[in-house]
Amino acid sequence: MNSPSEWLTDNEVLEMYYFARLAREIEERLVILFRQSKVIGGLYRSLGQEGESVATAYALKRTDAVLPLIRNMGALTTMGVRPREIFRQYMAKGTSNSRGRDLNIHIVNLPREGVDEPVVVGPISMLGDSVPVAAGIAMGARMRGRDLVAMAWIGDGATSTGPFHEGLNFAAVRKAPLVVIAEDNKYAYSTPISKQMAITKIDERAASYGVPHELVDGNDMLAVYDAAKRLVDRARAGEGASLLGVDTMRMQGHAQHDDARYVPPGMLDEWVKKDPLPRFRRALTEKGKAREKDFDDVDRLAKELVAREADLAAEEPAPEPQTVTRGVYAGDDFAVLRLEFMESPFRR
Amino acid sequence: MPIISYLEAIRQALFDEMERDERVFVMGEDIGVYGGAFKATEGLLEKYGEQRVIDTPISEAAIVGSAIGASYMGLRPVCEMQFIDFIACCFDMLTNFAAKSRYRNGAGVPIVVRGPCGGGVGGGPFHSLNPESFFLNTPGLKMVEPSTAYDAKGLLKAAIRDDDPVLYFEHKYLYRRIKDDVPDEDYVVPLGKAAVRREGRDVSIVTFGAMVYTALDAATELARNGIEAEVLDLRSLAPLDREAVVATVAKTSRALLLHEATRTGGIAGELAAIIAEEAFEYLDAPVVRVASADTPVPYAPPLEAAFLPNVEKVVSAARRLVEY
Repeated sequence: MNSPSEWLTDNEVLEMYYFARLAREIEERLVILFRQSKVIGGLYRSLGQEGESVATAYALKRTDAVLPLIRNMGALTTMGVRPREIFRQYMAKGTSNSRGRDLNIHIVNLPREGVDEPVVVGPISMLGDSVPVAAGIAMGARMRGRDLVAMAWIGDGATSTGPFHEGLNFAAVRKAPLVVIAEDNKYAYSTPISKQMAITKIDERAASYGVPHELVDGNDMLAVYDAAKRLVDRARAGEGASLLGVDTMRMQGHAQHDDARYVPPGMLDEWVKKDPLPRFRRALTEKGKAREKDFDDVDRLAKELVAREADLAAEEPAPEPQTVTRGVYAGDDFAVLRLEFMESPFRR
Repeated sequence: MPIISYLEAIRQALFDEMERDERVFVMGEDIGVYGGAFKATEGLLEKYGEQRVIDTPISEAAIVGSAIGASYMGLRPVCEMQFIDFIACCFDMLTNFAAKSRYRNGAGVPIVVRGPCGGGVGGGPFHSLNPESFFLNTPGLKMVEPSTAYDAKGLLKAAIRDDDPVLYFEHKYLYRRIKDDVPDEDYVVPLGKAAVRREGRDVSIVTFGAMVYTALDAATELARNGIEAEVLDLRSLAPLDREAVVATVAKTSRALLLHEATRTGGIAGELAAIIAEEAFEYLDAPVVRVASADTPVPYAPPLEAAFLPNVEKVVSAARRLVEY
């Protein structure tokens, strides 16, 4: 029993699958809403990346910090963010976490210590910026004596930014409890990784910072969980920052408008075979940890929940135009943080 | 009251606030062991230790980015830019992350980014900046620039206690040249409040920072010729004390707007617009700007002197206004 994943209970592996399925269901529902013009602005799919998003976040405690990117819907489902919150945001509702000011998963939750909720800091569109902010969350929590590990996800494209390097270096120097998940999902919009960096293994981005780094098969959820859990445990023990590279594939274009014609023929077919969800099902049924019927039940559960949550959000009001100038500065009680969470039926 | 320098007032404010509130910590380049390039943080490391006085890599984006993250965890970070010119290296973190956070998600960012600004010391193009205009058009940020030691201490305390991101510009020309009475007792200078430094009835000079002294010297010169200039020190650049600006123009009917930053797109343009919108009926003459030339800050003393506003330029502009 050397791998952390071997300690996962039958219930826990089903729960991991549930979070991944939930992420995929949410996005599939969003596609429908997008086509009905109910989603405002762009829609960005994480198809193919749900597995690594869930398996990395699953290594955290419920009260840790996550700084997901737009394609880490699975990290949000894993941390218990209620799907209704995602729909509220994508439909620009006045009831959303950003009260209609910002898009998609640009959400924030800052619970005080002792509250059984995660710290969530959604991305901003200057993608490298999450890494120094995550380093500060990790450092700040430690200064306050708070048991917290911060996990930040970053795509291959954003590892070319200055803030990524500055943030990882600073976290390394300060031995901050930070785990960076660097996702090689093959394309940054249309730019292949070969034009992004002269290395082929994304985790080597961390090589000069004196932190542990490794590359895992990002579509093997158990392997991702094992690697992430070791790095999270290490961070929690005070041993400092690290980076986990995940080898995966963004199975659709950058956003719904992008037909991804720059992806060579055959490449997607190869990656479809590696789809993390069926692969996880196969692995677990072969190990005897779960039965096909259990997974089918999870599929149904996720589908039903997502349909209900989307319908609830769709009924909610748009923001009132006269609120436009509110909450720029403190001292305005309009600026209230709110994000709803829900327990998974499998309980962690 | 003890007489201390502008620089010492900044240092005292940092000590006082770190003593008052354990959530306050400082970070920046060479601020710990060395005590800062200008010694504004000298002695902090010895007193508060390296968990609260953090020497950082040369990484302004990481400094401000991690300050944002730490503020999300309930801390009150004070970041030093070794020279304020380097704030350009974390422009994105300030304008996109810090400034928009509260509006987007209700997540306040109570951080202070402070550093030496301004010219007149032979700093050249990269150590002389007055950056307020870069940020004036960014809702969500606050900005202050003290001209006295009293204000340097009181404004820094107010900035640290404020729940929003505050850029605190300290004019390096004033660091050791300006000394005044500063109480030991706790006090703050509220953000958003200007101060009249000299009363006058003929022309208003609206300014801030080191230019307050240029304005006062010009006012003395003008008084020899019977022209009484009023000098308004803005102290806060965001939010601007619009009422004080309108009040002084209502009193004198003539506005001379003076700043050390370059002329085009400078804060004087915004002040002129406020006066046009809210005090037009009071004016007896056009609004006049005196500012630095539209060039990078030059190095050689004769060039920098030609570049900067000075008493002569202010006196000449004020005379034109009064004679209009």
